[in-house]
Order: sequence, then structure tokens, then C-alpha cells
Amino acid sequence: MFSVSTSTIRALAPAWLSPRGAASFLVFFYAAIAASTGYAAAQNAPQPIPIPAQSEQAQQSIQILYVKEDREREEPPLSLLDQPSPDDGIAGAKLGIADNNTTGRFLNQSFKLDVLNGNVDDLIKGAQEKLAAGDAFIIADMAPDSLLKFSDAMAGKPVQIFNVGNPDDRLREEDCRANVMHTAPTRSMLADALAQYLVWKRWPNWLMVVGPSQNDQMLADAYRRAAKKFGAKIVEERQFKVDTGNRRADGGFEQIQQQIPQFMQGAKDHDVVLVVDEDEVFGDYFPYRTWVPRPIVGSTGLIPTSWHASLELWGGTQFQNRFKRLANRPMRAIDYDAWLAVRAVGEAASRTHQVDFKTLRDYMHSPKFEVAGFKGVALSFRGWNGQVREPLIVTNPKMFVSVSPQQGFLHQFSVLDTLGIDKPETKCKAYTQ
Amino acid sequence: MSRLSTLLPAMVSAAIAIFCVTPANAYMAYVTNEKDNSLSVIDTDKMEVVKTVKIGQRPRGIVMSKDGKWLIICTSDDNDVKIYDAKTLEYVKSLPSGPDPELLTLHPDGKRLYIANEDDNLVTVVDIETSKVISEIPVGVEPEGMGMSPDGKVLVNTSETTNMAHFIDTTTHKTFDNVLVDSRPRVAMFNSAQTQLWVSSEVGGTVAVINPADRKIISKINFAIPGVEQESIQPVGIRITKDDKIAFVALGPANRVAVIDTSTFKVLKYILVGQRVWQMYFTPDYKYLLTTNGASNDVSVIDVANQKAIKSIKVGRYPWGVVVSPN
Repeated sequence: MFSVSTSTIRALAPAWLSPRGAASFLVFFYAAIAASTGYAAAQNAPQPIPIPAQSEQAQQSIQILYVKEDREREEPPLSLLDQPSPDDGIAGAKLGIADNNTTGRFLNQSFKLDVLNGNVDDLIKGAQEKLAAGDAFIIADMAPDSLLKFSDAMAGKPVQIFNVGNPDDRLREEDCRANVMHTAPTRSMLADALAQYLVWKRWPNWLMVVGPSQNDQMLADAYRRAAKKFGAKIVEERQFKVDTGNRRADGGFEQIQQQIPQFMQGAKDHDVVLVVDEDEVFGDYFPYRTWVPRPIVGSTGLIPTSWHASLELWGGTQFQNRFKRLANRPMRAIDYDAWLAVRAVGEAASRTHQVDFKTLRDYMHSPKFEVAGFKGVALSFRGWNGQVREPLIVTNPKMFVSVSPQQGFLHQFSVLDTLGIDKPETKCKAYTQ
Repeated sequence: MSRLSTLLPAMVSAAIAIFCVTPANAYMAYVTNEKDNSLSVIDTDKMEVVKTVKIGQRPRGIVMSKDGKWLIICTSDDNDVKIYDAKTLEYVKSLPSGPDPELLTLHPDGKRLYIANEDDNLVTVVDIETSKVISEIPVGVEPEGMGMSPDGKVLVNTSETTNMAHFIDTTTHKTFDNVLVDSRPRVAMFNSAQTQLWVSSEVGGTVAVINPADRKIISKINFAIPGVEQESIQPVGIRITKDDKIAFVALGPANRVAVIDTSTFKVLKYILVGQRVWQMYFTPDYKYLLTTNGASNDVSVIDVANQKAIKSIKVGRYPWGVVVSPN
């Protein structure tokens, strides 16, 4: 029954290949196996070994473009451990390409990543050139308004953009665009993930400390909404305006040690201190310096995130190891979000056995689409705004604590939709038009 | 007639006496406890743990040598495969494996061991007698499930991120077909007639039944349990009865084992067991099926004929793999 004849080997070739194509596929297959020796090969030699006269049928390729806007930070993050890396996000996309190519060698599909850096106008120009060369899937790491400008410039073209750089709910709601999907979680999803854990833990009384930036105001809104949604209470809010000075000043801790307890004095009874500091400019000063001993949650301490470098559940160990070998650093949330975007394209290609833009785009938008992402359950895209539907990690700086949705938070369709803005509340119109 | 009727009870009691002296089914079950770095030994006659020993780090996949002398265990965090004497539980030797071995299967020749290396997309083939690596077979991302055809000609490996069942010829050690299945395939299991190959997809929540002759999917089995959210139905372990009529599928955090008719592919019932049920193994007489329940630290014993869970046996922390001695 299991004799391995030529006819059984020919079964390797996907159904769409003609018998002649199957023969050339065979040649490619063994060549590809011989050539695939880890990431270097996958990255530098994504093109198949040329097979004269038949190469046209022998290989399907998909090009993905990563556009990263040069964004200036006003201040670097407080901790030396949190300094950004120039390949943040890009390294995750590279891993996704390598994973897709390992699968692709069995399906005669290959994936390639192009990367562009620059300001938004450069990126629009560059992306249009790349589009002409076949890059129809674009991963975008740019500021909210830049993303809108970029996606509007691409409107009407066969392009699918994935937002990895922004948690802004407005990009999925009133400012949603039909050509943008989002693998980054929203502020409302992140706030809901943490809120569910705190409610499950019976720590419903929060003292919220909000930073001065506009991002902080939006994140504070998300937490106010989450408290209301899950029955927690923000017992008091304080605006943090203390100027803590330059991070790298030699010393300074003597003053911070005085400033933070003073700032926290005389607060109403609370279970946790919810620090809202999206830009990471003061939050890390709070743990162990509060007036009364309370856990710190939010932007530091116990944080909600789409990924954490300590996560080993659901087969995550191998995933973390692959990333570390590729990038020589731990995986950040934006790397995960970019990996997921690339994997979504790869998953659509392997499920449909196609590489043409429309087939893959439509498949990713269909209710049939799902992709595994080391979170124990299948991930998919919300049909009303293209936001990825995923469990979120609740973690301390070193170790996974829990995953939300928490037990007992129920939903009519998917418990994953207990996180973030749900279908009945959406303000996104572009997806229904 | 009357003489026989007076003799009968005596014969029966004599038979019982003999039975009690030499129990027919005193098999030993060996359970790897992933979090404890230990092995629990269960006497399946007494249905209790008779011994617990410390073994290598993060023990997961476990098989027994054909003669029942050796236990062969993936100690994932030691990056090797360790052999222990099944009787004395003493360490015998380590086998080379690639990094992070998880699941393994032994060829019917009793010599060739096939190991899935999750970390480098390979299946490693090792001779257990000489401890030498015979071959390395490139497969998809995160190889996991290992299903050997009963005649030993075909090995099926599943890769968790590539989502394929790779068919490997055990003579040439080359892949000759790849079948796409639902997300995160975990276990591949042939029936004894070799007419069906069952593949469980943990994240996809389905089981694909493939015809090994033409590698076409015959059926895709879905699960629905009232009161259990769909996301927590995660099929992993598969076992098929000796007569090939019934398949048991462990459903992970749904805490149930599905009982499936292999001719209609209909789920006949769901048996409630411990939490996060993963791997399973029959006693050699096929009377009982043992399941490892990772989150509740126990092994459930299923009465195969009655399709009921009859006992829970406390073992170490995060029980993962299980094997039962053939004698």
C-alpha cells in the first residue's frame, strides 16, 4: 500500500499543476530541500533554484513590504532595558517570512520581504514603486495620521496594509480604512484585558495616575471604559505632571524617592495603582515608591500586551528561540504583531494554494480565515473593522501572569470579542460599504 | 447432571483462587510529569501509583522498547532522549537527539527511533542499540506528532506551524507527500488496518481522517459540547481500538475524551475526565484507556467497553506522556 512510486511522489504537486508542471515541481522540491539551511538561506536566497524553461510554472512568489516611518521620540524610555532597536517589528516580519518559506517549500510558494525607512512622503513614493514591482501586502509602522495619509494614497490600488505601530481605537473606528487591517491590539483591548484580570482577582478599586501626553489621555479613556464595562471603580484620578528630569542624569533617585511618595499621599483607599504612561517616561518610577504598599498595574508592573519575551506556553518556546537566533534579542510586542501579519498572508496562501492578491485578500477577510499564533486558540480578523481577534497576555516585567479573556467573561459569539470595541458599538463604516 | 451442578461452584471458586494468585493484567503504566521532572509508575491492577522516580528535565514523550525492557523518554530541557530500565527504573544511557525533543516513535523493527525536534524543523532517526544518528529529515516548522504505519513503511510527522502531515518513506527517509490540515496539528495515528490516518489539530479544533493510500482527506471531524466554549475544544491525543471500530480523541482544556465511530465518523459521546487531557494509552488487553490530565495532575482510567471514566489516579505535576508495559 505504501510503495513509493513516481505516481505517489507526484502527489506532492498541488492539484492546479498540470502533469508537466508536476515533474518540474519535483525537481524544485528536492533542490529546495537541499538549499534550505536555516534563516540565512531563507532570507538571502528566497528565489528558487532556477529550472530552465519551466521556472515560470515551478514557483509562486509573494512579496511583502515593511514600511517604517522615522519617528522621533521626545525622550528615551526610562530603563536601559527598554531602549528601542532599529529592527523592532522588522525582525518579527523576517521571522514570519522564514516560517512561511519553510511551509512554502512544500507548496511551491516563496516569500520575500522588502523594507523601507523614511518619512511618510518617502514611504508613499517608495511603496508605489514597490507596488509596481509586485509588493501588494504592506506592513506599516507609522504614526496614526501618517497611516491615514499612507492608506489614502494607496486607496483604489490592489494593496492590503497591516497596521502594527498603533493602538489607536480611532483607526479601527471613525477613521477606519477599507485597505487597512490591524495586528496591533487597540488601547481598548489592552485596557479590557487588564481590567478582566483585576476584576477576576477581586481588585476592583483603582487609583489611576495619568501622564500628560495625548496618548496617556486616550489610554486613560480606555481604562475608564473598561472599569465601567467590567464593574471596577476608579476611586480617584491624579494627573502626573512632576518633572522627574533627564533619565540619564547621574543620580536623581534621591529626589524621585521623595517625589513619588509625596505625590501618592492622601489617596482614597485603593487595591491597585493604575499607572497610565504609554510613552514610558515616568511609570517605572512608581513600583516600591508608593505611599501605601499597593501593586502597580497598567503601563508598568502588571501590564497587558500582545506578546512577552518570557512566554513559553502553547509551544512558544520554539518560537522565542527562533526569534532569538534571528535577531539576537528578545521578541517585543511589535515583532509579534508584524510576524502575525506575515503569517496571515502565508496562511491565506497555503490554504488557498494561490498567490494572487485578490484571492488572498478576500480569504483573510472571510469568516473562514484563522491562523495559529502561539496563543492556544485560533486568531482571526474582526469582520467589521479588520482588527485581529486575539487573547492578550497579562504579565509582569519578567514573567507571564495570566491571559485574558478571563474565565467567566462570556460573549454571544466569541469570548475574544469581550476585549475591545465590539460589533454593535463600532463606528467603522468603510468595512460595510 | 446433579454431580456437575455440585462440582461447578467448586470449580469456579478454584478458578477465582488461581486468578487472585496470578492476576492476568498486572501491567505497569509509566507517566511522565513535565513540571516535576519525574516518572510515576502505576500498577493497572491496583490502579494506584506504586513508585515515583526523578528523571531528566521536562520529560514529555515516552515509548517502550519492543521487548518491554527499556523506557525511552524525551527529556526536552536536557536536549536529549534518555533510556531507563523499565524494571529497576535505573538510567541506562542517553541518545543523541536534536534540540528540544518532544515526541518520538519506534519503528516496528525495534531499532530505529524517530524523534521530532521542534526547534530545528527536523525529524532525527537514531539507532537505539548503537546510539548513532542514522538520518535527519527536514520537515515543516515545529515538527511534533509522529505516527508510524503498523507495517513500518511510512512515518507521518505533523508540523505545528506549517500545518501539514508529512508522509515520510522509512526506507529512503524522504518526504513523499504533504497534506495540509487545520491549525497546529499535534498527533498522527494510523488504524491497524492502515486504511485510516487520524490527525488532530489543536487550534483548528478538528480531526482529519486521511486515506494513507492516496493521501486524500476522507473526513473532517468537528466537536461541539453543550456548555463548553468552542475555543477550549483542542484535540490532541488519539487512540484507536484494536478492532479499529472506535477512536478516542483527547480534547485538551475541554476536559473530555470524544468517542468516535470510525465508520461513520460521528461522535458517539464525550467522556468527562481530568483537566487539559492530552496523551492516552491502552492497556495491552484494550480493557482500559489511561489519559494524562496536565492541569489537574492526575490520570483518568476509562473503561473501554463501557466508555466510562472509572477512576482518577493522582500523579506528579503536569502529567504529559503515558505508556503501558506489554507484559
